[in-house]
Amino acid sequence: MSRISVEEVRHVALLARLELSDDELAVLSGELSALLDHVEQIRRLDTSGVPPTAHPLPMRNVLREDEPRPGLSAAEALAAAPAVEDGRYSVPSILGDEP
Amino acid sequence: MPDGYETVVGLEVHCELSTRTKLFCGCENSFGAAPNSQVCPVCLGLPGSLPVLNRRAVELAIRIGQALGCEIRPSVFHRKNYFYPDMPKDYQISQYDLPVNVNGHLDLPDGSVVGIERAHIEEDTGKSTHIGATGRIKGASHSLVDYNRAGVPLVEIVSAPDIRSAAQARSYVSELRRVLVAAGASDGRMEEGSLRVDANVSVRPDGSTTFGTRCEVKNLNSFRSLVRSIEYESKRQVALLEAGEAILQETRHFDESSGETHSLRSKEEAYDYRYFPEPDLVPLEPDEALLRAAAVGAGLMPGERRRLLWEAIGASLEEHASGALADQIETVIDLELDRLVVDAVAAGADGRLALARAANEAAANPESARSLGAGSFAALLQLESSGSLSATQSKAVLTVLTEEGGDPSEIAARLGFEGLGDAEIEELIDGVVAAHPEEWSRYLEGDGKVAGFLLGRIMRESKGRANGKVVSTKLAERRSRA
Amino acid sequence: MSERGAPGGATSVRGIAAAVRSREATASSVVEETLERISAMDGELHCFHTVMAKEALASARALDATIAAGRDPGPLAGVPVALKDNICTKGTTTSCSSKILENWVPPYDATVVERLRDAGAVVVGKTNLDEFAMGSSTENSAFGPTRNPWDASRVPGGSSGGSAAAVAAGLVPLAYGSDTGGSIRQPASFCGIVGLKPTYGGVSRYGLVAFASSLDQIGPFACTVEDATLGLLAVAGHDPRDSTSIDREVEPLLDSLGGGVGGLRVGLIEEFAADVAPSCSGAARAAADALAAAGAKVGEVSIPEVRHGLPAYYVIAPAEASSNLARYDGVRYGLRVDAGDARTMNLRTRGAGFGAEVRRRIMIGTYALSAGYYDAYYGQAQRVRTLVVRAFERAYEDFDVLLAPMTPSEAFELGAKTANPLDMYVSDLCAVPSNLAGHPAMSVPFALGESGLPVGVQVLAPALREAAMLRAAAALEAAAPPGVRGPVKLAAAPAGAASDGGGE
Ligand SMILES: [Mg+2]
Ligand SMILES: [Zn+2]
Repeated sequence: MSRISVEEVRHVALLARLELSDDELAVLSGELSALLDHVEQIRRLDTSGVPPTAHPLPMRNVLREDEPRPGLSAAEALAAAPAVEDGRYSVPSILGDEP
Repeated sequence: MPDGYETVVGLEVHCELSTRTKLFCGCENSFGAAPNSQVCPVCLGLPGSLPVLNRRAVELAIRIGQALGCEIRPSVFHRKNYFYPDMPKDYQISQYDLPVNVNGHLDLPDGSVVGIERAHIEEDTGKSTHIGATGRIKGASHSLVDYNRAGVPLVEIVSAPDIRSAAQARSYVSELRRVLVAAGASDGRMEEGSLRVDANVSVRPDGSTTFGTRCEVKNLNSFRSLVRSIEYESKRQVALLEAGEAILQETRHFDESSGETHSLRSKEEAYDYRYFPEPDLVPLEPDEALLRAAAVGAGLMPGERRRLLWEAIGASLEEHASGALADQIETVIDLELDRLVVDAVAAGADGRLALARAANEAAANPESARSLGAGSFAALLQLESSGSLSATQSKAVLTVLTEEGGDPSEIAARLGFEGLGDAEIEELIDGVVAAHPEEWSRYLEGDGKVAGFLLGRIMRESKGRANGKVVSTKLAERRSRA
Repeated sequence: MSERGAPGGATSVRGIAAAVRSREATASSVVEETLERISAMDGELHCFHTVMAKEALASARALDATIAAGRDPGPLAGVPVALKDNICTKGTTTSCSSKILENWVPPYDATVVERLRDAGAVVVGKTNLDEFAMGSSTENSAFGPTRNPWDASRVPGGSSGGSAAAVAAGLVPLAYGSDTGGSIRQPASFCGIVGLKPTYGGVSRYGLVAFASSLDQIGPFACTVEDATLGLLAVAGHDPRDSTSIDREVEPLLDSLGGGVGGLRVGLIEEFAADVAPSCSGAARAAADALAAAGAKVGEVSIPEVRHGLPAYYVIAPAEASSNLARYDGVRYGLRVDAGDARTMNLRTRGAGFGAEVRRRIMIGTYALSAGYYDAYYGQAQRVRTLVVRAFERAYEDFDVLLAPMTPSEAFELGAKTANPLDMYVSDLCAVPSNLAGHPAMSVPFALGESGLPVGVQVLAPALREAAMLRAAAALEAAAPPGVRGPVKLAAAPAGAASDGGGE
């Protein structure tokens, strides 16, 4: 069965910024559907009134003092960059504005 | 606003906090450094790096909440996922359904109240510069990214849709700015991006109680842009409604050069931020100690400062809402000269005179005026009130006093403003009477117009050293004796 | 001489450190011999991506100088260690076995790396893994699989397969991996060595390239429980750079090893028996009997909720991963496949840079968090996580530690489970509940299966109760039949590696 259509897979791939071929999309549609079938067993569990656990330990208020610490030099920061111009990371033109 | 419609505005103000370091790492939070020189593995989002929350940022955020009368609550950081080159991790750590501050309000100087839905903590992004074409996004060949700003702590303050005009929006942002500066949370510098505003604008027919479809206008980095964009956007939306067209809920960009807003949405993609609790951070539960620490060091809020000024000058309620006094009060508050006025009144100065001199003359050099002692300011104003110095003289002394400090009477003496003694003034009057017998007789006969002429002559003879008020009094005395 | 002896004969972490500290051996000679062994034997196994010969020899010489100067070289003086290649090493490539990070050189060290150096250990190389730690066989590496030293046609398990195989083959006495859903324990079981996942927050994650942040933990591999404990102690403890790091003193765990299990309440989890191979469930049962014979109070315990662990895990881990892996966008580091605009560049870079399994998990995670599905998938999985945690809490009212099978099968053939992703996912069945709960758990070699391959048994304990877990583990180790644990005597092992430099 197919819980997740090729069109849905295409949408998710765009959200995830993964360029995939049509073949890959089709294969993923099958694989993701199978996995969702497996997950179905927990979707049916009654969890009303059960709080979610986002974090395994009950920790609170972990804070750092507002004191400067040495970081990286610009040269170290830029060393791994695929493209640099003028001390900054160069990227191809950005088409849309920040959402 | 076109007739028959009402504008509805909600504002989102992003305020950069005045901390020493960034929100999640020890990099300096400072403006204007060389590109990519204030970065580390954490704020560059390098693989393996982890965030640790800055205590000071939390305290300042809570302090903002306290100043806005918010409920301060246990909160959780979430990840807001979207791809954008100036965001190092391609998610922003922000607060989502459990923000630290909720349900506050901001009282505006005109007495209106704007609700604050939330004021939450989040991290700033880096800064892209678009190269080629016009320097704008459209038509740029490529972009260059500097991550110095990435991870700078922000508090995003979201108002309720309670604002009804561009002018009220302006008043809201100015008052909020005063609150943030007074709280010591922000330097309030809009031109450096310390405060950035997005406006949610919608329109509806007068009398309607439901909201229209709203558009979010981005990139409002000055009061002028804020006002122009809201005015433009309301007109645009009304025009659409009048033409029977639907308004699309979308994000729009304000173009300063054209004064217009433009749609930003790429047609093929709707944003889906996939928020989920940030697993690298633990929940924040402000306790008594944190709340107390947050409150320490906050200055007086503008509402309170305004109240103290009204009290000091003893103004009537009718004078509060508008007019010259209200304008002077806003000026001294913005220039942080209100303390000077209040203290000078306490030291015996006349309230309205102190306010006027502070809002007009001292305002020319606010930096120095702020360090002026209230005692010497009061002493100067008393010299003026008592007639020992004319208004002109008093202003001249004030200029010297703010620039160099010192004793007002000594400065007056140095400037040769030592008031003429009674005998000297009488002598001067004698001389002018003798030189202008005709005008003198007319004056004695009750011709009011000639009084100014005589006064002017006497002042000129005194080379400005006589006090006009004193001369007028003496002239009047001679007439009543005659 | 011993098949993997340090000069003087020491092969264990404790033995090498003792020999180096007492100047019976030099750190340099230990490291030289380790490097020779790696160069002789790693060609077939492919445990290592990067052998840090120059850096390792330099550190060893510096250690020898420290010792010569009469200063304390640290508790792990001269011990060669290998690190999974998702642990950041300043100046040395950290690839995560991914094309997207193939040539990435971190400008900083992970906290565990700093601590190991402070302890006197010598990092000799970076080991192979499933790309970004996603997998259970080390076949998802962009740079080729690692082979199981017991049988080169078999997988070593994963995702920390390179580290596990390196220890099992006797290349190093100590290695580190990361465990998000069994990635230390499962390969330890497949390779016949000890693998330990500490309590979540027990070891700093700073510098561990994140897979699923709320589940990831770094932990040691070693041939013995004692060596694994030494490996844990060297890196454990509070780190202010990790907000989820536990701020409390680490227990003196070595003391618990000899404590015996007299009076220890041990529960054998019933649930997995039906889902795993008889050799695996049999090993767990035999382990329970052995502990009972050693004086423990052993009983069976039913924790039905552990069966929900796997589906919950396969929602939570991919969801966090989809966000953690967003940063590989071609802007700041790593691979870039160029394009005319930033968005297309992102799409192509990520499409080309990630392997099939990573893409699959990013997709499932993105889907599980997306509008309209969050509550049904991610939200529900987090609530189920609560059910698992509560179920363990109930079980630990009656028991100090729990026993369970470690894996559903012995090490399988390369390629056996690559066709169907779900087949591979099932490998994590017994391991994931501990990750969801944040509890410590470890695998101890305890049996040989039908194919003559080792089978581990899993020991589980409540958060921060490593001491009890290690007591049980040490007792199991003492009771295990001979020949169940590494290092393996490899046919390829050069006879005189120490004298002639080995090589192929
Ligand atoms: Mg925001
Ligand atoms: Zn930083």
